[in-house]
Amino acid sequence: MSSKTWNNLTRGVVRENPVFVMMLGMCPTLGVTTSLQNGLGMGLATMFVLMMSNMVISLVKNLIPNMVRIPCYIVMIASFVTIINLLMEAYLPALHEQLGIYIPLIVVNCIILGRAEAFASKNNIWYSLMDAIGMGLGFTLALALLGGVREIFGAGSLFGVPFLSQDAYPILLFIMPPGAFLALAGLIMVFNKIVGAK
Amino acid sequence: MKSNLFNMIAVLLVVAVCSAVSIGYVYELTSEPIAEAKKAKIVAAIKEMVKNFDNNPLEEKTTIGTDGVVLYPAREEGNITSVAVETSSSQGFGGKIELIMGILTDGTVTGYKITQQNETPGLGSKVTEAAFSKQFVGLNTHNSNFSLKKDGGEIDAVTGATISSRAVIDAVKKAVAAYNNFAGAIDNEQ
Repeated sequence: MSSKTWNNLTRGVVRENPVFVMMLGMCPTLGVTTSLQNGLGMGLATMFVLMMSNMVISLVKNLIPNMVRIPCYIVMIASFVTIINLLMEAYLPALHEQLGIYIPLIVVNCIILGRAEAFASKNNIWYSLMDAIGMGLGFTLALALLGGVREIFGAGSLFGVPFLSQDAYPILLFIMPPGAFLALAGLIMVFNKIVGAK
Repeated sequence: MKSNLFNMIAVLLVVAVCSAVSIGYVYELTSEPIAEAKKAKIVAAIKEMVKNFDNNPLEEKTTIGTDGVVLYPAREEGNITSVAVETSSSQGFGGKIELIMGILTDGTVTGYKITQQNETPGLGSKVTEAAFSKQFVGLNTHNSNFSLKKDGGEIDAVTGATISSRAVIDAVKKAVAAYNNFAGAIDNEQ
């Protein structure tokens, strides 16, 4: 694997992590991460859409006039999301039930349009795919971490398996919207400490 | 690529047509499995809720005037042993909640199974879990008070999800009313 490929692949995971560093896609990040399973599912679905859209946009980048590129990208991304939504409903009904209302939100996830605009429209298909996988992994990792932390504190369980007794009171706040902000702030703090940013 | 009026219109048109065709194709492909998955879920819920039956409750479904409530009587050797009631409430936090409830002929509730809900994941969605739903098991349609404790009834709400809990109770109350009508009609027949 050439160093540029490797570079494109790893950039999204830590150095330019979409959630912890670029602060993109905050709506799904804060909204769906009430449990580890939801975070993982949302992250993987987004990663899949990102891979498809980055590849296709990189392929057709020379055919699209500059002035209408954003509407073209949005229509393509929306089509992929609709297709994934339908496929999930048909073949993975259990997961679809969990994430159903959040899947259409992937359309307006700025990570996807952001990568299409900033990377896929300027690079070849292979690097675009690597970038999508890297960014997707970074996003999935962030959502899974946040989901895990919120589930542990807010529900006293992990992956739906409770580790507290029935009578114990978990910190319910963490499952509710304010808890999302608190947990995210805490995670960004830890992330910056470890990575040594700023 | 430089933009001019012609290529902008042409490209947008091509992109829109490609997207419409591919979505249409996938829709055709998935519409059948989606409908089947929905039906299988309802059938599984009905079979789980009714006890001891040798007929096909789906074939005997009846409505009893209450809008949106469907009853599926389960029979053993011709006698009704229990009824699965399909009911719904539009008062959920995230829209409609649909559930299937099982009731024995003496009015004892055997439980319910939610088949459709859009409640907040991790909060309102807890009404689908046993910790909340088991409170309904063993209540009686003739003399139990199907309300939240804070409304003077017998059910503990899911913490932080009173609206979702009330919506489930709303659906359950509709089912109970329909069942009591149904049971009255059967008693008159016999």
